[in-house]
Amino acid sequence: MTHNCDTCPAHAHLAQMGIRLGEGSRLVALAGNPNTGKSSVFNALTGLKQHVGNWPGKTVTRAEGGFAFQGQHYKLVDLPGTYSLLSASQDEEISRNFLLFGRPDCTIVVTDATALERNLNLVLQVLEITAKVVVCVNLMDEARRKGIEVDLRSLSRDLGVPAVPTVARTKEGLHDLVRTVAEVIDGTIATKPLRPGHPPDVEAAVGEVATLIEQRVPGIPNARWMAYRLLDGDSRIRQALESGELADLVAAQGTPAERRATLVSLQGRQ
Amino acid sequence: MTDPIARADQLRASLPAGFRDQVVESLYEEAHRIAGRSVKTGENRRIDFDQRIDRLVTSPIFGLPLMLVLITGVFWLTIIGSNYPSQMLATSFFWLEDKLVAWSAAAGAPAWLTGFVWNGVYRGLAWVVAVMLPPMAIFFPMFTILEDLGYLPRVGYNMDWLFRKAGAHGKQSLTMAMGFGCNAAGVISTRIIDSPRERLIAILTNNFVPCNGRFPTLIMLATIFVAAQFPPAVASVAAAGSVVGVVLLGVLFTLVVSAVLSRTVLRGEASAFTLELPPYRRPSILRILYTSLIDRTIFVLGRAMLTAAPAGAVIWILGNIDWQGASLARHAANFLQPLGHAIGLDGVILLAYVIAIPANEIVVPTMLMVYLGTGMMSDVTGYDDIRRILVEENGWSLLTAVNLMLFSLLHNPCATTILTMWRETRSTRWTFIGALMPLAIAFAVTFTVATVVRLLL
Repeated sequence: MTHNCDTCPAHAHLAQMGIRLGEGSRLVALAGNPNTGKSSVFNALTGLKQHVGNWPGKTVTRAEGGFAFQGQHYKLVDLPGTYSLLSASQDEEISRNFLLFGRPDCTIVVTDATALERNLNLVLQVLEITAKVVVCVNLMDEARRKGIEVDLRSLSRDLGVPAVPTVARTKEGLHDLVRTVAEVIDGTIATKPLRPGHPPDVEAAVGEVATLIEQRVPGIPNARWMAYRLLDGDSRIRQALESGELADLVAAQGTPAERRATLVSLQGRQ
Repeated sequence: MTDPIARADQLRASLPAGFRDQVVESLYEEAHRIAGRSVKTGENRRIDFDQRIDRLVTSPIFGLPLMLVLITGVFWLTIIGSNYPSQMLATSFFWLEDKLVAWSAAAGAPAWLTGFVWNGVYRGLAWVVAVMLPPMAIFFPMFTILEDLGYLPRVGYNMDWLFRKAGAHGKQSLTMAMGFGCNAAGVISTRIIDSPRERLIAILTNNFVPCNGRFPTLIMLATIFVAAQFPPAVASVAAAGSVVGVVLLGVLFTLVVSAVLSRTVLRGEASAFTLELPPYRRPSILRILYTSLIDRTIFVLGRAMLTAAPAGAVIWILGNIDWQGASLARHAANFLQPLGHAIGLDGVILLAYVIAIPANEIVVPTMLMVYLGTGMMSDVTGYDDIRRILVEENGWSLLTAVNLMLFSLLHNPCATTILTMWRETRSTRWTFIGALMPLAIAFAVTFTVATVVRLLL
């Protein structure tokens, strides 16, 4: 199969935007394990012009960039590379908070085709928080070299979200990736994320605590997820709830327009 | 309104025990199931080969011994390889110094200027290059090959249980490995540790691994003093072994101090982490040469030269301004003599350490310049001459050499590292502790060794 990008009809619409972001640009988060070529994907999509700073109050690097596709502007936020969203490390907390409160229009989870099983742990955890997900199966060239075949249809079907094969280094498949992201945001592709059910007693407990959390912090997204983490004994969520930090984060997210303004002001503070 | 936290605590108690493990387990099972359906792995020899190497390299039985053999080999090659080039460099630099002095005298430059520029600044630089360049040009490429192969994460894996026992983070072994290159870089690399408590421990103890500024000192002492105690056939191995011994001692101090800190002022549990063992890669020769020679050797040498030039000037001034019948350097050395003697060293060595605070690299050159500047002037061209000056003219013994190695391993970090500690912690208190705790330990250890040895002999 050969790709000729120049004759590809939609190619003209994909342009690296650097950090010039227009009004109403869509917000896309880039998550993934370390060493999956996440940065290659980020660089290939946004080009050399990036905004690099730290996450507010943290020593963790935060990179942002933009691109345009079919006349629509996208802002891409590179989340720290993490193996999970469960433990309380700084990186995982940043990623988790961004998915919960940054409320991206779509999240790309970059995975390593040669170590898919390990990478799926993070994918499944992201799916618990947000439904608008595209799985980017990167390093397909290394997988081919190692004789590993990935059945992307089966993967998409099982996960309930689209999976796109890529080789970020050579930009192979990135166009498909962006188109899929656009279609997920438009709703052209409907996602039905895999969320394994819990035993009935756990489900009941989650439901009850979720209701209490919603009463405590009105307008909170993903109350069920929080309830679940609280039952699991997640000390960070507990702390955030106790100290009112959670309420602040919810208040800060506001409407989409305000949300972007907050992000910009956070940048300014760095 | 019911408190969600309290209610969650209540409900958790009513849920089946092991519910939390179940959650993680079901996640892994699901990932396994999906991957099993969508991934087909063909026959692959490379992966098998990688796994077989990993089984050996990270084996509970062979892992650590193999690591010791590897680093001993690296030091051994460095020691046998650097003696002769060092000699050649020194010979040519000092031949040139004589010529330069003669020329500038012939050109009518005043004696103080000739002395200051050529016997001071130039000689400082020449010493640093002659003593440091050969070991670095051999050690760094070998270290970079190990790094490039992907061996360092395996070291981290092998050492994890030790750090866990010390109440510190397993990734501390990686920041420690960075410290072998440069302690300031090691302190910055502690950013990979998430818990502030464990990160602080890693910052405070990074100094206990000898950085490459200190390796030349250790290697030189091992070559001159330790090797001389053994028959020539095994001398270089013995020298390499003693450097490894010093490194292991450094690791021991790292672990003990970490354990003490995590049980006293920085109390807490070691946290779990994921360490990915990357596939073995064929090292790229060009990149290794670039990283080891440009990024490391030239960088370190450049920094050493920047501090050596003013240090050379300071030593020349101290050695050539007389006050009450003796040079200032002599006065300073005499003032430090009682303290130096108590810890098995002497005043000149301590003076060299004071002058070398900006960069540890120049300790040996500084020491030699003070000895030479205040004693008789002689041409020093190699390790044999250095040995003669230290032992015959300045009364060094094996105790002096051993204690100097210990002091060099344990003493305060260089100015750059101290500054980096402050930048990373933003705490004057912890920076002070990071600078003074090693110094106190260094004095305590060398004093104990000196006292015990003197009582026994």
